[in-house]
Amino acid sequence: MEKDLNWREFIITRLIKFSGYSAIIFVSLIFFFLLKEGLPTLSEVPLGDLFALRWYPIESYYGILPLITGSLLVTIGAGIIAVPFGIGTAIYLSEIAPRWVRNLLKPLVELLGGLPSVVLGFLGILILSPALRVSLNLPTGLTALSGALLLGGIAIPTVVSIAEDALDAVPKSYRDAALALGATRWQTIWRVTLPAARSGVLTAVMLGVGRSIGETMTVMMVTGNAPALATGLGDLFSPIRTMTATIAAEMGEVANASTHYHVLFFIGMVLFIISLIVNVTASAVVFRQKKRAERVLS
Amino acid sequence: MKNKIIIENLTLQYSDGTESLNDISLDIPANATTVLFGPAGGGKSSLLRCLNRLNDLADVESVSGKILLDGENILDPKLDVIALRRKVGMVFARPVVLPFSIRGNLTYGLELAGEKRKSRHDEAVERSLKLAALWEEVHDRLDDPAIALSGGQQQRLCLARSLALEPDVILLDEPTSGLDPISTSKVENALIELKKQYTVILVPHSVQQAARTSDYAAFFLQGKLVEYASGTEIFTNPKNQRTEDYVTGRFG
Repeated sequence: MEKDLNWREFIITRLIKFSGYSAIIFVSLIFFFLLKEGLPTLSEVPLGDLFALRWYPIESYYGILPLITGSLLVTIGAGIIAVPFGIGTAIYLSEIAPRWVRNLLKPLVELLGGLPSVVLGFLGILILSPALRVSLNLPTGLTALSGALLLGGIAIPTVVSIAEDALDAVPKSYRDAALALGATRWQTIWRVTLPAARSGVLTAVMLGVGRSIGETMTVMMVTGNAPALATGLGDLFSPIRTMTATIAAEMGEVANASTHYHVLFFIGMVLFIISLIVNVTASAVVFRQKKRAERVLS
Repeated sequence: MKNKIIIENLTLQYSDGTESLNDISLDIPANATTVLFGPAGGGKSSLLRCLNRLNDLADVESVSGKILLDGENILDPKLDVIALRRKVGMVFARPVVLPFSIRGNLTYGLELAGEKRKSRHDEAVERSLKLAALWEEVHDRLDDPAIALSGGQQQRLCLARSLALEPDVILLDEPTSGLDPISTSKVENALIELKKQYTVILVPHSVQQAARTSDYAAFFLQGKLVEYASGTEIFTNPKNQRTEDYVTGRFG
């Protein structure tokens, strides 16, 4: 009997340990696969050509700069939309809305987060782009702006959901203390609740931004897919192409192990590194704050 | 003796159906310590939270009756709640230091009130810290983060923080429940100084503390005011049987 129990303990512990390690294993496998397929690019295409301004693989122009700026432009645009709206909604839900409104809205927002991005792409093509073309008097509605608006919409539920959890976790006593000192509701939110929840709010922003960098389907459908270099926010009104859309659009038609194929994987590596930087920065900021708090408490 | 606060027929009901205060009438004199005591769930904290309208944020179903502070009904919906809270300071059971420096904690309320003069800030910091018996311990490190203070120091900082606004009334909700005996006696000694200038209303964390600190004491049981008299009378010669049972430790 006792031996039986020991066996079960042993197996369960091992299983849990394995699932823990598997995350690490999968990430490193993916990374090595990317490296294996992407690194040959460096010997096939000179670095100067790789970071040139022209992407036209059929004639062996492999400049990925327009794709990087395209991704950045759309992501920054999406961040400008998603961060204020997302945090604002989170504050409303957690601090201002009556309980029944919160209980109704929070699941709805989370449902929105699960919406397939291709559906949003449809809405973008059929409704948003024509509306933008007419109202802004543009030659085409399939622009970086449409992409940014839709990606913002995709990121908002992520930001709202996580930021709201963080705000909700701030003890009520903090709010009471600030209010009892004669702070208004807004002063309490801005000076006490939000700073107390900042690491969670930051995580929310990072995950939202991460989601919009990696998003493929929507941007492929609505940004016009023109690999033109974006130099500033003014290019929001012209068609661009992102790294993700390039990979998705061209991977199916590329000859295996050709230069073009390797370059596409190289783009994947760049994407991977960008999201890594975003994540590491975020956790470094959170970690530094924790360290300071720990030092202070000891 | 001048009455600072006059409570008339105050009844308060939370939206989950629990009645928290039932027809309370109580006169609270100025420049004295009035103690509200009794077993948990008796409505002491609810009453405190009515006095600075912090209950506005809770799920309160209905409030009726009057609370007159210097003759003005503070339950009036048109009242400037922010101004009221500057006039009626509050200290909570768990010390909540805000994520600023020691000085920042003390001047935060003043900044909110629109006081920008540095000289006034410094003056308020020193005065309030001395009143809360914390000045000696922290005067040379006012710019350290407040979270670095010990629990007892944090609680006295919270007391000083509400004093910095120069309120008329100070509400204390079990301010020493998490403190060691030495810190507790420091806080209690500070209260003796405080009542010379302020009206002090205290929810103590034990009957013994109620007996030690009270000039006047009100015994609450399940939302009702059972007995209200001077401290000496309540703790040596209570009129009501239930008060006597509670004070002598037969229940609660």
